[in-house]
Amino acid sequence: MPEAPFVVVGASLAGLRAVESARKAGYSGRLLLVGAEEHLPYDRPPLSKAFLDPGDDPAMPHHRTDDELRALDVELRLGVPATALDTDAREIVLGGEEQLRYERLVIATGARARQLPGEQLDGVHTLRTVEDARSIRGALDAGRRMVVVGGGFIGSEVASAARKRNVDVTILEAAPLPLVRAVGEQMAAACADLHARNGTELRCGVSVTGLEGEGRVEGVALSDGSVLPADLVVVGIGADPVTDWLIASGLHVEDGVVCDETLRAGPEVYAAGDVARWHNALFGRTMRLEHWTSAAEQGAAAARNALAPARATPYSAVPYFWSDWYRDKLQMVGITAADEVTVIGDLDDARWLALYRQDDLLVGTLGLNMPGKIMKYRAMIGWRTAWQDALAFAGR
Amino acid sequence: MRIVLDESKCSSLGMCESVAPDFFEVRDDGALELLNPTPPGDQRALMEEAVAACPTSALSIEE
Ligand SMILES: Cc1cc2nc3c(=O)[nH]c(=O)nc-3n(C[C@H](O)[C@H](O)[C@H](O)COP(=O)(O)OP(=O)(O)OC[C@H]3O[C@@H](n4cnc5c(N)ncnc54)[C@H](O)[C@@H]3O)c2cc1C
Ligand code: SF4
Repeated sequence: MPEAPFVVVGASLAGLRAVESARKAGYSGRLLLVGAEEHLPYDRPPLSKAFLDPGDDPAMPHHRTDDELRALDVELRLGVPATALDTDAREIVLGGEEQLRYERLVIATGARARQLPGEQLDGVHTLRTVEDARSIRGALDAGRRMVVVGGGFIGSEVASAARKRNVDVTILEAAPLPLVRAVGEQMAAACADLHARNGTELRCGVSVTGLEGEGRVEGVALSDGSVLPADLVVVGIGADPVTDWLIASGLHVEDGVVCDETLRAGPEVYAAGDVARWHNALFGRTMRLEHWTSAAEQGAAAARNALAPARATPYSAVPYFWSDWYRDKLQMVGITAADEVTVIGDLDDARWLALYRQDDLLVGTLGLNMPGKIMKYRAMIGWRTAWQDALAFAGR
Repeated sequence: MRIVLDESKCSSLGMCESVAPDFFEVRDDGALELLNPTPPGDQRALMEEAVAACPTSALSIEE
């Protein structure tokens, strides 16, 4: 029987880093990268940023060229989803029919955008794939009135892009404030204020009860009984980990593939990226991140550990996320569950920092236009810096 | 080895600094400073890690 390959399922950032790291670690056997999308791995953060800018159609933000991937000697199976996993037989099913044995497996199937319930109307979009981004670009070129459902990062970025084209935008947020999960109670209002500063209307505490229009969206019906006119609706209400193909796998799936601190999900099976819920020893808790940096790092770590389970090393990290709004850059490192938040600077200014304390430790930092500081705080969080020392560093 | 920065791609995300603070530093205005553009050979693994960490592929290594 021929040697069973090392298989990576999900051909995006985490999957790409997994195959690259397997080769880097010296693995020279068969290596297979399976992806549901037809494209070579491409980068998602630009899709809600530069990709939506007015002007010529942008190039596809590929991570690697065909040649670069070929040089790694990776067998690509693109355009076919894995539809089942049997961890006892060490076998996956591709496209519902083809059975494929693996020697080791990395699961990197990411997340998919949550949709509004009900029938799908034209003019209503989510944003996860390059096709989604192209549709939104086209719609922005023609659009006049956009409604963004959900005040999270992606919705906020799309709103920024729309404002660059002078499209009117209203963001709807069901909670009293947007971004509470992402930046915490204390700082959500300061972030929300950036919308007001840039002429974007933000309405909180209202939920969508339905979409109006025949075939094409014309308005958004709200819980307060009003209807907002719209010719373009972008739904940014979060993403769910793609685990439906794992139902019968025997793996523990609970808002993501549950892994230990080495990203191990089961025998010879590891997970990485947006799909993985793992134990982050640095903070003593499990988390599932939807961040570029952790997806890249976990992809590499999962493949290394899969190749040498006996010598597997824990993956722990200080979460890092950035977001570009209008002309501003927001950067968040660490976690937001805090006993206290101290703002360095003035929230009405164009730049500030917010430090998050839990017990007597610095656990998080949020910066607006503070690129020169944020990584210093990330390092300090990683060293478990005492709160007083963090304040002293900040000049307090 | 020489570290090359494509300034048009760098968007001050600072991951390189996070990986190798002795070699990269984002300044307050967002510009990235290469603290030592010609690192010694024994730093190769760290430099490769920093290059890979950049979300915008703004860094590369020249021999
Ligand atoms: C619009 C947008 C903007 C973002 N901006 C930022 C940002 O500014 N900063 C930041 O830190 N992060 C940002 N992110 C998040 C970041 O892009 C993700 O964390 C990252 O893409 C996760 O990579 P991944 O490989 O885990 O998953 P994904 O990128 O979700 O890739 C998973 C891949 O697996 C494929 N797949 C799914 N199911 C199967 C299956 N059964 N079989 C085979 N293949 C399958 C999917 O088609 C997909 O190609 C953004 C994300 C989006 C969508
Ligand atoms: S990681 Fe890349 S984008 Fe970020 S500062 Fe370094 S070179 Fe610039």
